[in-house]
Amino acid sequence: MTAFRLPATTPGARLLGLGSTQPANVVTNDDLAKTMDTSDQWIRDRVGIQSRRVVGDGTLLVEMAAEAGERALKDSGLELSEIDTVIFASCTMPSPIPNGAAQTADRIGISAPAAFDLNAACAGFSYGVGTAAGLIRSGSARHVLVIGAEKLSDWIDWTDRSTAIIFADGAGAAVLGPAPDEASVGVGPVAWGSAGDLAPTIFIKPENNALFQEGQSVFRWATTKIAPVALRAIELAGLTPADIDVFVPHQANLRIVEAIAKKLRKSGAREDMRVADDIILSGNTSSASIPLALDHMRADGRVASGDTVLLVGFGAGLSYAGQVITFP
Amino acid sequence: MASNEEILTGLAEIVEEVAGIDTADVSTEKSFVDDLDIDSLSMVEIAVQAEDKFGVKIPDDQLAELKTVGDAVDYIAKNQ
Ligand SMILES: CC(C)(COP(=O)(O)OP(=O)(O)OC[C@H]1O[C@@H](n2cnc3c(N)ncnc32)[C@H](O)[C@@H]1OP(=O)(O)O)[C@@H](O)C(=O)NCCC(=O)NCCS
Repeated sequence: MTAFRLPATTPGARLLGLGSTQPANVVTNDDLAKTMDTSDQWIRDRVGIQSRRVVGDGTLLVEMAAEAGERALKDSGLELSEIDTVIFASCTMPSPIPNGAAQTADRIGISAPAAFDLNAACAGFSYGVGTAAGLIRSGSARHVLVIGAEKLSDWIDWTDRSTAIIFADGAGAAVLGPAPDEASVGVGPVAWGSAGDLAPTIFIKPENNALFQEGQSVFRWATTKIAPVALRAIELAGLTPADIDVFVPHQANLRIVEAIAKKLRKSGAREDMRVADDIILSGNTSSASIPLALDHMRADGRVASGDTVLLVGFGAGLSYAGQVITFP
Repeated sequence: MASNEEILTGLAEIVEEVAGIDTADVSTEKSFVDDLDIDSLSMVEIAVQAEDKFGVKIPDDQLAELKTVGDAVDYIAKNQ
């Protein structure tokens, strides 16, 4: 038997940069109420959204992804040539091939990286960060660009008020790289999994290429099964709920966000833990929602360097993933 | 097995915790939606807690049938 040479491992990964972008076009609840039987008050009460961003000018999904990626790269201070891997988390590519990762890398100007798409729907960003951290720790990758980008507007029936009021467009990205020593590792182990038996509760119907969901089943699942995933991520990192400064769950529905936060507080999370509420002005942007929320909270001063941040994504699949990170 | 009275008391505590409604207002003739102003998502949260507390299953399609507090008490009593 021949023994293979393997790359040197690293202590682990850390975040080096963050960036995001949203379409300029703002769609308010009142705008939607003009074309369907709904109201601003109903949408605020049930989902917490006041307005969302939807591509209005034909911007491509990969264009948004490239813009978010460029911003994250600039934020990291790395050279283009230092990125060796691009992970593109999305569930709204216009067609299955070509993938989004290679095109996006090319648009940014990253030369010949390993590039692949990852479809874990709204859990995509956390799956991507978990995958990137594993690649970095094992020595298979050095600097990874993880992008969560979605153009859900292409896959919504704009006459269906059960989905049109919720979903939106946007992109967010993070650059990860190796930590020089164990004390500076900034990405905890990923807690992830799936529930394929519940696949029929959120899917794109082939008849009309439009997203369908059983809202109450999804709500029940998210409000009961995701807090334990978040707690598991905390435990895997060797921390306790009281260590969490900032909680950034997927922005599915503000009622879900609040229900999960309430459970974490019952399990020992602090009252002053800051909880992302970016859905209010961004809508539900699936894999983009976590990095968008983080970037907006940074701009508002609600997350700062050194904060211990808990991420948890969940959605179609059904799939879920969470991890604790240290904000760079 | 909890008696109907115990179920009502337990359910009222859950309704108070989820929707902030005084337990005294949670009586059998009240409609969740029309009288107590509880929406369908809060109903899901109430159902989840009732499942834990009384050891019953309340699937979403059954939940939609429980219009009044009394309907819920009867359902739990029959299925516990
Ligand atoms: C989709 C969702 C907002 C629907 O809310 P809901 O309370 O379950 O809605 P229902 O279909 O039971 O309807 C409840 C009532 O509101 C009305 N309604 C439904 N949608 C409405 C809308 N967009 N505007 C106004 N009224 C609406 C219904 O007609 C119904 O009224 P009725 O009881 O008088 O007939 C909610 O289920 C949800 O957000 N679930 C989670 C989904 C999610 O997060 N998905 C993303 C996962 S990544």
